[in-house]
Amino acid sequence: MKITLKVWRQKNAQDKGGLVTYKIDHVSPDMSFLEMFDVLNEDLLLKGEEPIAFDHDCREGICGSCNMVINGKPHGPLQTTTCQLHMRSFKDGDTIVVEPWRAKAFPVIKDLVVNRTAFDRIIQAGGYISVNTGVTVDANEIPIPKDIADNAFDAATCIGCGACVAACKNASAMLFVSAKVSQLAMLPQGKAESKRRVEKMVATMDAEGFGACTNTGACEAECPKQISITNIAMLNREYLSSKLTSDYVES
Amino acid sequence: MKLDSKIPDGQLAEKWGKHKFNVKLVNPANKRKYDIIVVGTGLAGASAAASLAELGYNVKAFCFQDSPRRAHSIAAQGGINAAKNYQNDGDSVHRLFYDTIKGGDFRARESNVYRLAEVSTSIIDQCVAQGVPFAREYGGLLSNRSFGGSQVSRTFYARGQTGQQLLLGAYSALSRQIAAGKVEMFTRSEMLDVVIIDGKARGIVTRNLVTGKIESHSAHAVLLCTGGYGNVFFLSTNAMGSNVTAAWRAHKRGAFFANPCFTQIHPTCIPVSGDHQSKLTLMSESLRNDGRVWVPKAKGDKRKPQDIPEEERDYFLERKYPAFGNLVPRDIASRNAKQVCDEGRGVGTSGLAVYLDFADAIKRDSQKVVEAKYGNLFDMYQQITGENPYQMPMRIYPAVHYTMGGLWVDYNLMTTVPGLYALGEANFSDHGANRLGASALMQGLADGYFVAPYTVGDYLAAMPATKIPTDHAEFKKAEENVKGIISKLLSINGTKTVDHFHKEMGKIMWDYCGMSRDAKGLTFAKKRMQEIREEFWKNVKIVGVNEELNITLEKALRVADFLELGELMIDDAMSREESCGGHFREEYQTPEGEADRNDDKFAYVAAWEYTGDNKPENLHKEELVFENVKLSKRSYK
Repeated sequence: MKITLKVWRQKNAQDKGGLVTYKIDHVSPDMSFLEMFDVLNEDLLLKGEEPIAFDHDCREGICGSCNMVINGKPHGPLQTTTCQLHMRSFKDGDTIVVEPWRAKAFPVIKDLVVNRTAFDRIIQAGGYISVNTGVTVDANEIPIPKDIADNAFDAATCIGCGACVAACKNASAMLFVSAKVSQLAMLPQGKAESKRRVEKMVATMDAEGFGACTNTGACEAECPKQISITNIAMLNREYLSSKLTSDYVES
Repeated sequence: MKLDSKIPDGQLAEKWGKHKFNVKLVNPANKRKYDIIVVGTGLAGASAAASLAELGYNVKAFCFQDSPRRAHSIAAQGGINAAKNYQNDGDSVHRLFYDTIKGGDFRARESNVYRLAEVSTSIIDQCVAQGVPFAREYGGLLSNRSFGGSQVSRTFYARGQTGQQLLLGAYSALSRQIAAGKVEMFTRSEMLDVVIIDGKARGIVTRNLVTGKIESHSAHAVLLCTGGYGNVFFLSTNAMGSNVTAAWRAHKRGAFFANPCFTQIHPTCIPVSGDHQSKLTLMSESLRNDGRVWVPKAKGDKRKPQDIPEEERDYFLERKYPAFGNLVPRDIASRNAKQVCDEGRGVGTSGLAVYLDFADAIKRDSQKVVEAKYGNLFDMYQQITGENPYQMPMRIYPAVHYTMGGLWVDYNLMTTVPGLYALGEANFSDHGANRLGASALMQGLADGYFVAPYTVGDYLAAMPATKIPTDHAEFKKAEENVKGIISKLLSINGTKTVDHFHKEMGKIMWDYCGMSRDAKGLTFAKKRMQEIREEFWKNVKIVGVNEELNITLEKALRVADFLELGELMIDDAMSREESCGGHFREEYQTPEGEADRNDDKFAYVAAWEYTGDNKPENLHKEELVFENVKLSKRSYK
């Protein structure tokens, strides 16, 4: 296959950046999208040009590192991670535009690499159950109905890639935040601090510069792990009831 | 120097309990005076950093990824073992201990393995308390499945994403401590040297991967939780960034490297599709619970799998190992797959694959049941290969997956450098010559949650809390050393890329130091590795500068260390003149083609001491004493 790529190149956070065109004529349909970038980068290196920087690690669709906006869609045409997208999803002669995640809360570091530490700070605000190592009861002393455990698992499969933010016209992080809030709110272990958790996580989300949710559903449509938008409904319910009955007063 | 494994006295089952009582404690008010560095934030690193911070120590944690949540533990699929005996099928701490020792082909230390089995139950309790959503039965209690190398169901799992859920649990505990100000987190940072002052590990030197800045960090103890070195083969199931650099630099500063040739080749991976291949993807071993492994009986049979009648198929694992069938341990499953492919009975275009067939399971249990168990794995397979495994059998082939070897540690998980610890896959400790499925997650979390918090305290209690400033001469020296390596690499400006060297080296290692080895091949490989290394330092091409995000420089620094490690692996494989576990020497096999272990001569841990650039390493032997298990021929027939 022959592919024309228009890739966002940006030297550093200060640089203005722009699209640069590359042609690759030895693309195999069995290559993953990132393997095509490997091939391009080898070509660039041999020509003495700087390779394109992009985040990637496990290449199994689970670490959440890879993050390319491909032809305007986060992770490209399939509802999967960029690393699991293969060139058989494209046609010979296609032109593909590749850009980084675009969001105020995710500043570009270089080329396609962005800074997503805002997500970590949201989790640090309360995305956990406060239990120290070793201070626990036997695991089977906390029976959890299978349906609830399964629903909690579905929410917990979020990989923190940020496609939901990139897909949202408001760059809202509601799907990401709601997945963690509802996972922990559903489980008996997480109930004790559920009010405090949701208030702190939402406050941090706002402070990081993510936008508001206007229920367009773009996040759910692009999420590579099929995190459901019903989590956002649950987040709203948790948030509202916490605000009305809160025993946690922000300092 | 004589190796002292510091195994506590007493009965096996009482060692850890007694040791926990005997270790020195640091008074709660004094803990805040001590600083601990944790490198790596996978299961071992995140759990250790969180637990130590909870105790009150000041922790600095480092990872090369953009977030601690992305460490490669996240990709573990199948599950985590624990001797809970929730299924009432005869499991016990002693049975898990025995299975692990036997699975490791009697090349692991009894005391460490027993402790691992002992704390395994606490891990499950801890994870459930953190909100890890393990699979459950309708009664609300935890569900289990069986795994290779065991005849009980002791594996806890979260669909095919157990590693992800466990890591996110540890990451949440770590995040809580970051918020509490007890852990300072450094992301996109790579450790490039350990600093040793007065014979003790007192800090590290890192490179900030965004700015290129070389930074020193001082502490009272350093914990390396930096994973394994499977990427020495270029193609493996490891993440692209997984590397040996932290462990290797520690090795060059005096930490012995143990059993480097013990690598695990996982039997169920998606086969290579072409030269562009950048990594291999594992299909969880749990699939072997329901999938049947087979190849055509006839050589070169190119018919489609559904056109090959039952009587013309060879279910070779079920045929050769009726007791364990498709659930034989990984090393045996891998070697048998290689064997049938070498005979010309492999399938797929390359002939380097065997079938993993779910037709019977789907017929027996329905597609829905199979989907509930393995849905995400089937989806992943289809995405990568473009084939639907509900309709066609999967094609699988062995691939490098895990490294049992690693930094030598004593019972306290301390390396031969005082104050320098190695946890999780980075150490050699618990899996001997072969790791059982679902035991890596167990070991990483055992080391981090339940072992290091005790043993590190014991070490700190005996040392003054005085801090060493990072302008100390030894820090400056280590920084200069790192800067020297970087400027040397940048100055070469050769004609071949880093990946070129990595692939070339990986192929040599796979062909001659992979699934099977022999003296002739190893001798050849050693020579080739030296040539490749020499050429690397003369002819590698790196574009860009140190002072910004430079993906080629990052890779070059890692590959330079892999090149050195590869040679040590070859030396180790050469000196171990027996076959055991994942280490199969062609010269040492039984008439039936099984591994021929030699306990009289090789029941030891090979711990290698670095002696200087281009000098042969010194071999130290830790004799393995088996008082509680009878050394037997490992049979799964």
